[in-house]
Amino acid sequence: MSRWVAHVHRVSGIALAIFLPLHFWALGNALQLDSFLAWTEQPLVKAGEWAIVVALAAHLGGGLRVLAIEFLDWHERQKSLVALAAAVTFAVGLALALAL
Amino acid sequence: MKVRVWRGGTSGAFQAFDVPRYPSQTVLDVVTHIQRRLDPTLAYRFACRVGMCGSCAMTVNGVARWTCRTHVDKVAHGDSLEVSPLKNLPVIRDLVTDMREFFDKWARAKGQFKGGRTRNDDFEKVMPETEGRRVADAGIECIGCAVCYSSCNVVAANPAYLGPAALNRAWTLVNDAREKDNPERLRAVAGDAGCHACHTHMDCTERCPKHLSPTAAIAGLKRATAKAALKGEL
Amino acid sequence: MNQTILWMAQRATAAILAVCVAVHLATIVYAVQGGLSAAEILGRTRGNAGWLAFYSVFVLAAAIHAPIGLRAVLGEWLHWRGASREVFLVLFSLLLLMIGMRAVLAVFS
Repeated sequence: MSRWVAHVHRVSGIALAIFLPLHFWALGNALQLDSFLAWTEQPLVKAGEWAIVVALAAHLGGGLRVLAIEFLDWHERQKSLVALAAAVTFAVGLALALAL
Repeated sequence: MKVRVWRGGTSGAFQAFDVPRYPSQTVLDVVTHIQRRLDPTLAYRFACRVGMCGSCAMTVNGVARWTCRTHVDKVAHGDSLEVSPLKNLPVIRDLVTDMREFFDKWARAKGQFKGGRTRNDDFEKVMPETEGRRVADAGIECIGCAVCYSSCNVVAANPAYLGPAALNRAWTLVNDAREKDNPERLRAVAGDAGCHACHTHMDCTERCPKHLSPTAAIAGLKRATAKAALKGEL
Repeated sequence: MNQTILWMAQRATAAILAVCVAVHLATIVYAVQGGLSAAEILGRTRGNAGWLAFYSVFVLAAAIHAPIGLRAVLGEWLHWRGASREVFLVLFSLLLLMIGMRAVLAVFS
C-alpha cells in the first residue's frame, strides 16, 4: 500500500516540476494575462488545471506522510498515514472541482 | 498442483512440476518434495525449517518469504505456485542466492559492535528501560535473512544502497550505550548509498518476518545524521 | 555530509511549502469563484507587499525543494549520477528562482 503512495508522490512531484516553470512563465507575462486567461477557459485546459491541483494535493499528502514517518516515528500507523494522504488529495480535488 | 520453480542462474527458466497437495503444507515442504522425489538436481537452502534461522527465504509468487513459514493454502493462486530465488542478489544456482553482497553491506554500514572498554574496566551499565535501549531492542532480533533487502526497490534501482537490514543493524548500534565510535558509523550510513536513499516505500517493514521496522531505523538514522551534521561532527 | 545537508534542506522546505501550498490552494479556490480576469486579479495583488513577501518565500522554497526531489528520480529511474546531474539541478534551481521572482514581481509589485 505504501508503495503506491510513494509512487503517486513521485509521479506527482515530476508533474509539478514540469508544470512549475510553465506556471511561473505565464504569470510573469502579467501584461498579457487576459489573453492567457481566455486560453485557460478551454475545457481541456480546465481539466489540466484540476489535474495539477490534484497532483499538488497528492504530493502534499504524500509529503506529510514522509514527514510523519521520519520525524514523528509513526511507522506503525502507516495505514492511517496513507488514508491521510488520500483524504487530503480528495478534499482538495473536490473543493476545486466545485469551484471550477 | 502445478509448481513452477526457477532453474539456472541469473539467466534460466522456470520448470514445472506436479506436486501432491496436502493440508498444512508449507512451500518448503513442496520444494523438499521436488528435490527428494522428482528432481535431485534442484538446489535450495534450508536449515531449521521452523522459522528461526531465515535460511529458507525465497520469492514465492513474487513476494519474498520464509518458505518454512508460508502455508501453500495462503499463497497458492488457485492450484498453482511459483518459486524463485530472492531478488536483488546474484543467483548461484536455482533457488540459492549469493549472500556475500548482503553481508558486505552490513560491514560497510559499520554493523559490527566495537565497544570502548577493556577487561580491566567496569561493565557499562545499560538500563533496559532507557530510551536508547528500547529503541535498540526494537531492532536487534534481525537474523539476516535478506527478505527486506530482497523486497526493497531502492536496492533494485541503486546497486550501492546499503539496504534496510544493514541500516537497521547500524541504528541498533547507534543507540547502544556501549558503542563509542558513533561519528564514524553515522558517516558510514549517510549519503546516496546510505539512509538518505530510502524513500519510505516500507516494503521492508511490511515483509519482515520478525516484524521489525527498518523504515523506523532508517528514519532514526536520518535524524541522527542531521543532528551530527548540525553539530559539525559528521 | 552533502546528502545530509540536502536531506535537511528538503525536509525544511517541505514544511515551509506545506504551509505555503495550503494558503495558496485556499486562496485559489476562493479566487476562481465567479471566473477570472486580469483586472480582477491584478487589482488585488499589485502593490501588495505582504503577498509579495509570501510568494518570494514560496518561490525560494520551491526552487530548493524541486531540484532535490528530482535528484533522486534522475538517479534511480534514469541512472543519471555524478557531477553532470548536480550541474543540471543547480541550473534548474536557478531557472525556477529567476522566472519565479519574475512572476512574483510582475503580479505583486
